[in-house]
Amino acid sequence: MIPRWEHFEHGADIGIRGIAASPGEAFEQIAVALTAVITDPGQVAAVQGVDISCQAPDLELLLDWINDLIYQMAVRGMLFSRYQVAIQNDALRAKAFGEPIDRKKHQPGVEIKSATFTELRAYQNSDQHWIVQCVVDV
Amino acid sequence: MDPRQFIQRDETTWEIPVTGPMRVPAIIYADEALLLAMDQKVYQQITNVATLPGIVEAAYAMPDAHWGYGFPIGGVAAFDPDLGGVVSAGGVGFDISCGVRTLHTGLHISDIERHKHWLADELFKTVPAGVGSTGRIRLQNKEMLAMLKGGAKWAVEKGFGEYRDLQYTEEGGCMAGADPACVSDRAKKRQREEMGTLGSGNHYLEVQRVAEIYDQNTAAVFGLQKDAVVVSIHCGSRGLGHQIGTEFLKQMALSASRHAITLPDRELACAPLHSSLGKTYLGAMRAGINCALANRQIITHLTRQAFSRIFPGARLTLLYDVSHNTCKQERHSIDGVKKSLFVHRKGATRAFAPGHPELPEAYRSVGQPVLIGGSMGTCSYVLCGTEVSEQRAFSSACHGAGRAISRRKALKQWRGRELLDDLAARGIIIRSPSLRGVAEEAPLAYKDVSTVVDVADKAGLARKVARLEPVVCIKG
Repeated sequence: MIPRWEHFEHGADIGIRGIAASPGEAFEQIAVALTAVITDPGQVAAVQGVDISCQAPDLELLLDWINDLIYQMAVRGMLFSRYQVAIQNDALRAKAFGEPIDRKKHQPGVEIKSATFTELRAYQNSDQHWIVQCVVDV
Repeated sequence: MDPRQFIQRDETTWEIPVTGPMRVPAIIYADEALLLAMDQKVYQQITNVATLPGIVEAAYAMPDAHWGYGFPIGGVAAFDPDLGGVVSAGGVGFDISCGVRTLHTGLHISDIERHKHWLADELFKTVPAGVGSTGRIRLQNKEMLAMLKGGAKWAVEKGFGEYRDLQYTEEGGCMAGADPACVSDRAKKRQREEMGTLGSGNHYLEVQRVAEIYDQNTAAVFGLQKDAVVVSIHCGSRGLGHQIGTEFLKQMALSASRHAITLPDRELACAPLHSSLGKTYLGAMRAGINCALANRQIITHLTRQAFSRIFPGARLTLLYDVSHNTCKQERHSIDGVKKSLFVHRKGATRAFAPGHPELPEAYRSVGQPVLIGGSMGTCSYVLCGTEVSEQRAFSSACHGAGRAISRRKALKQWRGRELLDDLAARGIIIRSPSLRGVAEEAPLAYKDVSTVVDVADKAGLARKVARLEPVVCIKG
């Protein structure tokens, strides 16, 4: 399958979702969905790489991954559009590629405050595709 | 939701009696129309709040209540530490001490009419707004600690504003009990370049006209006259508050079972007030309050600078500063006995009654100003605490309108450029770094704030004093 991302509605709030054949790719896709809350990921050049690693059991790893990305975007003033994620047991090692925010070019709509427990799920559907998701607070 | 699920106590009071694990009843203040339009999830969420340990009297929802993380937005709940009461990161939210402050300008609408584009440009140039904006102030370690401890008082001491401003800010501009050591390095780092920035989303700085006065006496006490120009600033504790919320929500959710707390929803994440985690959160959250107060104080200073370039004689004085995402230790009467309680207000404004000792002397005869923000292009309101606001909901009132439709739908429905043109045709000048942001914040994406305010007034939560209409809006 071709890995993909999507947004889903949760009342007036927004959910992000990654869908792929492996958990790592699904984590990459949900991260693109995260960027898409702020701006069009297609407008973000993947020119600078940032290393991210986190360790946590089960769903916490997903929560930490999203929150680490939010943190990195905030303190570096960057947006990311491409990701490489490797997950082994409870450990995630990743590289996020992007560029500094350019407000003219990116027209960023809103900054993200946090990932939340709401609709936080990671599971395999009947097609054996990995689906990872959560609602983010903006 | 269906009104038949409630016992209707009076025209605006709807009660959910104690059932199952609820420790106290839940009460929603709304008229029938608002209640019918309210999301059924508010029922579930306010009922969940009523199950938390140490909650007293009732779990309350304000007329603008809507779904939030754990607690509904517009949720109010007070906890008694001696009854095993808790403090909840979910009950405060991710934007600690987000709030509104309103400044008098001493100007008449006719004074600014010719200059409003210039004023919009100056404000936009001077007050950093939007995603990725940074302030001119960089806080290194020592100054960061001083800011987290001192709040708006720190800002005034640094030259951002006047000592008089502090008297007209909740807590005198400095939240006691803040402990910067409880704030993580990450939270501090996230704030380093964000002091004096508006942020994005529904945050704004607005130049407004006093369009209508409902209560002449109180308006006079607050210094409001029809057609006077005021400035309102809506923003919070920026990255620092978001990071504190993120970290403690997780910690509290994970440690709930260790504290023998059953959470019906993980986002109700809380810890006993007496526990070490509870105390650490209080120390951090109060530092977050100070960050928000300092932030609004710096923006006040920047606003004054922008005004002075166009209106050299204008003196901007603070009407008041309210926070609407907090947990505060306050004394309230329970069955005639004064008790020290921890009152959570999430998307709810404090509304102290007339005579309350914490009010500035000038306002003590009438009650606390309650500042209700609108959304770009809609009106805002000034209300006032009432004699009965304490017994209604621990002296709390609504905070705003709340979104009616999602950002995603708004983006599909409106174009930023068209909205700007429509608003300009109505005489409202918008400045924003992002057209996408403008579209997502379309006025019609929000509920009608006027209905909410009317019901708050009718329910006795707060009394209507004045209505404000936007003239210039700097949108984050």
